[in-house]
Amino acid sequence: MSDDIKPRLRVPATATKGEVVEVKTLVTHPMENGLRKDADGKVVPRLIVNALKVAYNDKPVLDVKLEPAIAANPFLSFFVRVEESGTLRLTWTDDRSQSWTAESRIEVS
Amino acid sequence: MTRLASLTRRSALAAIAAAIAARNAGATPDETRAWLAAQAKGTPREGRVTLKAPEIAENGNAVPVTVSVESEMSETSYVKALYVAADGNPNPGVITYEFTPLAGKAEVQFRTRLAQTQKLIAVAQMNDGSLWMASREIKVTIGGCGG
Repeated sequence: MSDDIKPRLRVPATATKGEVVEVKTLVTHPMENGLRKDADGKVVPRLIVNALKVAYNDKPVLDVKLEPAIAANPFLSFFVRVEESGTLRLTWTDDRSQSWTAESRIEVS
Repeated sequence: MTRLASLTRRSALAAIAAAIAARNAGATPDETRAWLAAQAKGTPREGRVTLKAPEIAENGNAVPVTVSVESEMSETSYVKALYVAADGNPNPGVITYEFTPLAGKAEVQFRTRLAQTQKLIAVAQMNDGSLWMASREIKVTIGGCGG
């Protein structure tokens, strides 16, 4: 099940110096909230992506803590200010401490 | 026989009432305030935070929400954290953001699950410790907690 989990990341490939660019990301994950029951009436254990860390050139930009109230296949968008060319790295972590990384390069002209 | 029937009906009604109560068992506004207070100490003032969400959400499974905070994002003045809570879900917490000035702009978008019609509350914490908030009632037609 965890094999089909795939983070997606969309950011502009180029930016001007100091530009604030929008980042959109989605990770395909069921986000089991720990309240749902399966067909046999047993509670499905909680399994959610609980954290997202965003860094640009290894400098922290944003830390997100997700709760079960976030919809399945969490989609998030936010902003980052780019002063120089670099790599934007997103790291998602779930309740089983599995993590997925997505990277994107931004060229500053 | 009549008496037995009425007893059965009464217990059936009680069972239905209990089922309804269980269904509505969610975080209360008090619990939500307590959750927010545990994240950020102090009393938030209204303002600076904008919470955008549909007035009526047909499907509570994925309600798009945009929160923005009016503030510059410089080393000396920036939004440090943003907390979002819902007062009618089984748990009050929705999402927490911790920004650095590198974010450039404190504006975020996410999709939330709402179990029923309820109020969303966003509290922003500035780097000087001041708190700002906004709230918004969202009507939910079909709840999204998978009951």
